[in-house]
Amino acid sequence: MVEERPSKKLYHRHFTRNMVLFVIVVSFVPMLLVSGLLLYEYSISYHEKLYAHLKEVVHRHAQDIDSFLNERLNNLQFLLDSCQNENLHDESILQEKLFQLQQKYDGVFEDLGLINEQGVQEAYAGRFSLEKAEYSDAKWFQEAREKPYYISDVFLGLRSRPHFIVSVKSFHQGRYFLLRSTINFEAFNSLAENLRIGKTGSAYILNRNGDFQTKPHYDMFSSNKSYMDFIKAGKKAKHGIYIGEIQDASGSEKAIYLAALLKNEDWILVYQQEKKEAFSDLISTQIVAAVILLFGALLIVIMNVLLFHKVINHITEVDREKEMMNRQIIETGKLASVGRLAAGTAHEINNPVAIMVQEAGWIDDLLKEEEFREGKNLKEIERALKQIENQGKRCKEITHKLLSFARTSDTPIQNLQINEIIKEVVAISDKTSYTGISINTYLDETIPSIYGSQTEIQQVLLNLINNALYALKKDGGKIDISTRLAGRHVLVSVEDDGPGIPEANLDRIFDPFFTTKPVGEGNGLGLSICFGIIQRMGGEIKVHSTIDVGTRFDIRFPLKKPMALKSENLSA
Amino acid sequence: MTAPFILLVDDEVSFVETMAKRLATRNIDTITAFSAEEGLEKLKKNQNLDVIVLDVKMPGMDGIEMLKRIKAGFFRTEVIMLTGHATIELGINGMKLGAYDFLTKPCDIEELVSKVEEATKKKRAHDEKIEDAERKKLLLKYEP
Repeated sequence: MVEERPSKKLYHRHFTRNMVLFVIVVSFVPMLLVSGLLLYEYSISYHEKLYAHLKEVVHRHAQDIDSFLNERLNNLQFLLDSCQNENLHDESILQEKLFQLQQKYDGVFEDLGLINEQGVQEAYAGRFSLEKAEYSDAKWFQEAREKPYYISDVFLGLRSRPHFIVSVKSFHQGRYFLLRSTINFEAFNSLAENLRIGKTGSAYILNRNGDFQTKPHYDMFSSNKSYMDFIKAGKKAKHGIYIGEIQDASGSEKAIYLAALLKNEDWILVYQQEKKEAFSDLISTQIVAAVILLFGALLIVIMNVLLFHKVINHITEVDREKEMMNRQIIETGKLASVGRLAAGTAHEINNPVAIMVQEAGWIDDLLKEEEFREGKNLKEIERALKQIENQGKRCKEITHKLLSFARTSDTPIQNLQINEIIKEVVAISDKTSYTGISINTYLDETIPSIYGSQTEIQQVLLNLINNALYALKKDGGKIDISTRLAGRHVLVSVEDDGPGIPEANLDRIFDPFFTTKPVGEGNGLGLSICFGIIQRMGGEIKVHSTIDVGTRFDIRFPLKKPMALKSENLSA
Repeated sequence: MTAPFILLVDDEVSFVETMAKRLATRNIDTITAFSAEEGLEKLKKNQNLDVIVLDVKMPGMDGIEMLKRIKAGFFRTEVIMLTGHATIELGINGMKLGAYDFLTKPCDIEELVSKVEEATKKKRAHDEKIEDAERKKLLLKYEP
């Protein structure tokens, strides 16, 4: 095969690279823009939807907790309103009322106590021994006596267990009393604890000092955050909910939070969830989208590279065909010119050559006379004359071959079985003169007959085989001759595994008088004549050669009788 | 057989002259002409010519035309075409027009001599046939 020129290869490589890059950029930019925009919109929408949902949940829970606390105060107020103050000093009545409340509210009330203005618990109902307990120094008492209704922060107190107190202030005979109750911490705690979403989504309550009022289920990194931090860092949304993000000390873990104020802004309910869990669906979607994008991009790149390689191969093939066609056109043109020239000049050359040969012959005749027989250079003169005669014959042969271009077929055009001709030619070829050379035939016996001149086709095949034999004469090798049907042609290939033909010579191989053989071994007309014969038959001959691999001549004989041959045959 | 008597017609003067000298040494009587027109004149004057060796391509009348005229004039002389155009078609065409044979330039003198002798034999055999036939006609004419 004719090797592609390096500059052309380089050009094709650059062209492929540029086109691949161009197509990748052109296809990637819109794809990335659209994908990015869609993902961004989806992300925004997802955020809004998630926060809207969480806001509702947190708001509802905040309402529930506030309702719970208010209800406890109302319970105490109702008790005060429904009982005379004296009755509440009666511990058995207080015990009964506590029992009723515990029955009704499922143990939310742990005890009941009536405390006078000195902070002494005058009556007590509950499971602890807190009769006459002194609360005058207790912080909660000091705060509670100032307010008609009071709910304390959670504290450990005398019982060393977390609890908080609700109290209602009442006046009787110029003195005030506080009716207080300890609220079951577990019952209260469950209100916040119930707000659980996923693994990390949980809620807790902080007071203004940042102390936990409920037991945090999952304390990620909130311990260092105070009440005000959540309000300051958050963005206030509908229902007075603050939304924001917090991160741990290292800054690697992030969490979202939603905070709602409770108990007249004394407490804050904080719902907190790790960001990666809260947005896990979004992250999954983003990963899937990224994988699809990556896969799509990879597919585009691969398809591009393959497609452009295919296109370049096609272009290379077309270029090669074009180059071959150009070469054939040039060859045909050259041969036609040579043919015309040969026809015109053969006579003119043969005549002077004939005169030279004749004169030499005449000298030879004269030398035979007695007077010249004794000349000391006689033998040398005779040798020179013989040489003139031989060279004259050589000139004649050359002009005779040159005329082959111009002349029409000498032998009739007929239906021929190319396989039979090949067998005959192989049989008569001069292979016995060479050692280490084998000729193999791979003939498709089903191929149809072709139209042509038997002697001309023999001449073509013999020429190709002799050339192959010449190429292999030094190192030996094999010659493969094959036939097969190729579309509307019969394809005959003559292939050798010889040294190959240099690329520079391939362009000139069909040129008349082009030969690489030493002077006297070839006149460079063989392949030109083959070319002319095949052209006249309406076929084509192509050469494919690679250095150190071998050379293949492909001849395509048309199945249909070409017009040139038809008219010749008719006129013959 | 007496020496063949031939006419060499070619526009190449030196070729004709040397060829004539060489043929003479090979016992062939040769006269020469340097154009077809001159050749026809010589033929008219020498109707006993055995063979004409005729070049095809000549200025003025060419060899093919001269051959046609020779055959049209019922000359018995045989014609050997000699041409620089070495094609079989030309030879076949010449033979179709009545040429005895054809040779291509440069030709081997011995081959030419051989062909001349063959052509001479043929021509003389033909002459004898005609003479026999004429003799028979005369005999029949004068027989009582």
